[in-house]
Amino acid sequence: MTLDVAWAQRWARESAAAIAAARDELVELDRQIGDGDHGENLNRGFQAVVAKVDAADQHPELVSDVLRTVATTLMSSVGGASGPLYGTAFLRAAKVSGLATLDAHAVVALLEGALEGITARGKAAPGEKTMVDAWGPAVDAAVDAADAGASPVEVLQAAARAASVGASQTSSLVATKGRASYLGERSIGHEDPGAASSALILQAAVDAAVGTASESTPDSTTGRPADVPVTGDEA
Amino acid sequence: MKKLINDPENVVAESVEGFGWAHDDIVEVRTDPLLVLRKGGAVEGQVGLVSGGGAGHEPLHAGFVGEGMLTAAVPGAVFTSPTPDQIQPALTAADSGRGVLAIVKNYTGDVLNFETAVELAEDEGTTVRTVVVTDDVAVEDSLYTAGRRGVAGTLVVEKIAGASAARGDDLDTVTAVAARVCSQVRSMGVALAAPTVPHVGRPSFDLADDEVEIGIGIHGEPGRHRIPAAPADEIAQMLLEPVVDDLDLQPGEPVLLFVNGMGGTPQSELYVVYRQARRLLEARGVTVARSLVGSYVTSLEMQGASVTVLRLDDELTHLWDAPVRTAALHW
Repeated sequence: MTLDVAWAQRWARESAAAIAAARDELVELDRQIGDGDHGENLNRGFQAVVAKVDAADQHPELVSDVLRTVATTLMSSVGGASGPLYGTAFLRAAKVSGLATLDAHAVVALLEGALEGITARGKAAPGEKTMVDAWGPAVDAAVDAADAGASPVEVLQAAARAASVGASQTSSLVATKGRASYLGERSIGHEDPGAASSALILQAAVDAAVGTASESTPDSTTGRPADVPVTGDEA
Repeated sequence: MKKLINDPENVVAESVEGFGWAHDDIVEVRTDPLLVLRKGGAVEGQVGLVSGGGAGHEPLHAGFVGEGMLTAAVPGAVFTSPTPDQIQPALTAADSGRGVLAIVKNYTGDVLNFETAVELAEDEGTTVRTVVVTDDVAVEDSLYTAGRRGVAGTLVVEKIAGASAARGDDLDTVTAVAARVCSQVRSMGVALAAPTVPHVGRPSFDLADDEVEIGIGIHGEPGRHRIPAAPADEIAQMLLEPVVDDLDLQPGEPVLLFVNGMGGTPQSELYVVYRQARRLLEARGVTVARSLVGSYVTSLEMQGASVTVLRLDDELTHLWDAPVRTAALHW
């Protein structure tokens, strides 16, 4: 399975399906340390993304064309902090994906672009209990896999696994950025919703590549325990 | 959840539409993207003033659009900041050629979306300055957080900056006035019960009947700590003292005292809080020169209140007193 325009379109749809299935879980994570709307906002955004990607007037030739559509749609429909953060992530990923098909190093560049967009917009560093704690490990794992000669799909798989672990580990961190930071120590014990949704989106990229059914629950597609919380959005 | 809504998806759009019809002598509502403009749009010769943020804080911000206050307001989804493609047209529409000041509450989402929108508006040729309101002293250690939140003090910034714009000040002056208010205004809030966001369907946080949450923000996020419920005078003291200490108020200094309801608290209780806050200020020798009591910066139906103090000087007092004609504030 090559990573091409059709893959990017499937990624958008798989992401929407995964976010829709995890909507309540994400709301609950955000309710614990944010204001409880992360699942709702992202779901609204990705439903808009699917409508846009499926629209008849879309004839993308390059992976970047799809990613740019995802970016602008998320930016104009999500709101909160995650709208600009995910929007910028996909926009920067698009900038380095002006290709018809991606090899392993192009996948690494895509992920690096996304991480760079999130850190540039959110000014967050690793360990602050944010999306960066999922995307950072994902990029590191992707680089290692590509250097070891992995295929593009294997690079994505390594990234998604690392993002999932990274997201789970945010539970033990004190939030110092974003809404949860107002809780200080009280944020410990709750997984960051943004890191959790990031892990879902990266797993969706794998599912889009290997053809895993998107109808299954997020628990079976990500291997995440059902009771693991996810966090949320901010005004 | 019992609410006077039709569909959680449409509650903001329907509410803003109703607001526009009810106040069609003061504002005009634009849809797609959704924004509220002063009737007639930008005023020739005046700096434009734009604010915005999640819905659920009414009458903030749309209720403060009009003569002597905001030129435009941008409502987002409930407790969720508006998007850049909503904010940018508001910035552009508010520009009469003398530039626009954006007043942003310090919440990550608001800051990020306004930042992006300002870039877009500047590309379109509108000069935009930004002030970020950070009045909430409940956020104790801003070094390790996203910084102090912008809460009820936002109204004070909007009113005084609006008066500065209305008298014809240039963009630098309006920005400097707004920044001065930001540096002299502080707030602290308490919740007795959490709000319920329509599309979430249950309270934003769990609070026992015999507990109150001190240091809450305005987005249904939990506060700094929980204490057993106490008489109003004790709670008012807990809210006022950090505010006064942070401002380092000295005897003889004049202030504006603003007691704000969070949406689900009766006016009578706000006056009980005001009474104690005023007694405590006067006991310190501080002069309460101006007052405001009411539910202006709310958090849906959250029960609770916040206390805001602005250190006044002659110019800020004059600007506060200047005429204002909006849906929610007028004198």
